[in-house]
Amino acid sequence: MKIVKNAVAGTLESSDAYVQVEPNEAGIEIVLESVVLTQFGDDIKASVMEVLAENEVTNAKVSVNDRGAIDCTIRARVETALKRAQGDL
Amino acid sequence: MRRSMLFIPGNTPSLIVNGDILGADSIILDLEDAVSPAEKDSARILVRNTLKHLGLKGCEIVIRINPVDTDFWYKDLDEIVPHKPDAIMLPKVNGPEDVKKVSEYIAGIEEKCGMEKNTVKIITLIETTMGVENAFHIAGCDERVIAMFLGAEDLTADLRCVRTKEGAEILYCRQRLVTAARACGVDVYDTPFTDVEDIEGLYKDARFAKALGFTGKVSISPRHVEGINEVFSPTKAEIEYAHEVLDIIEEAKRMGRGVVSLRGKMIDAPIVNRAKQVIEMEKAIYGGTDHE
Repeated sequence: MKIVKNAVAGTLESSDAYVQVEPNEAGIEIVLESVVLTQFGDDIKASVMEVLAENEVTNAKVSVNDRGAIDCTIRARVETALKRAQGDL
Repeated sequence: MRRSMLFIPGNTPSLIVNGDILGADSIILDLEDAVSPAEKDSARILVRNTLKHLGLKGCEIVIRINPVDTDFWYKDLDEIVPHKPDAIMLPKVNGPEDVKKVSEYIAGIEEKCGMEKNTVKIITLIETTMGVENAFHIAGCDERVIAMFLGAEDLTADLRCVRTKEGAEILYCRQRLVTAARACGVDVYDTPFTDVEDIEGLYKDARFAKALGFTGKVSISPRHVEGINEVFSPTKAEIEYAHEVLDIIEEAKRMGRGVVSLRGKMIDAPIVNRAKQVIEMEKAIYGGTDHE
């Protein structure tokens, strides 16, 4: 999947995550803000990387503002933003 | 057993993650009215991930998809059906053809995914005048249909009348739906009571629905779940009577008697059937004793 435009998904409400995806020329860049960064930052980044891999995204900047979302929510928001960024939804 | 069904917006993670601890027998993750058109894609993926990863336990999971007159319904099914929700709620059903269309589409996904045929059931939401008039044909049109649900808000708009707490304007529709559903052997659920703060009104409305023959009631608020469960559960006296009925029937069989009476009333087949239903509910709710 090629990221061709900026896109967002999710909200800043509790238990949700706000995800921004932008085109990037130099591989994958993940920017993470989270209320549980110390405890779960690495796990969240790993989940984001998995979703990127599942969607065959090799170049993108993904910014995640996590408001205490569980894993399946973060994965859903990243996937939605990716699909919106390629313009197929 | 399904007494209470609780709507939860399909794009609100904070409510979804707690869906299984709110006491409802069934939760309805809503992809229709609770989700704006711009967020349909997002909600669909969130609900799909919920089914795939979250494993909500202890309650039935129903997904309300978008109606067949939109471009969303088949995209909803593509994402949801492979993850085996207990049922799909189909809104704005006008006639059997709407159900058939969706059932055939679900069958295609089930086959493609190697699922057993008819794994995913359908609950039809009747909320148009045409749907009410076609209720009998809808209830019996497809083996996936397990229940009907009356949606009075859209219905009263279609009837061009004002929706009231007393509900006189929907009495005919309630009775028609109950009769159609019972004739076809499917469950039937009453419309939500929409005043979230009026708990007394909720009890009154639920008791009336039970008296008409509804199986249970749908809710838009977790605050109403407890009341609905209470109203649609058998009372202690009903449970005791049901046990007495089955006990006396057993005794009559042993004694070779054909006709029996209890508390001065003849016990016939409908009373025995009703007693069995009560004891089934007792077992489902309290883990009661088995008479077989």
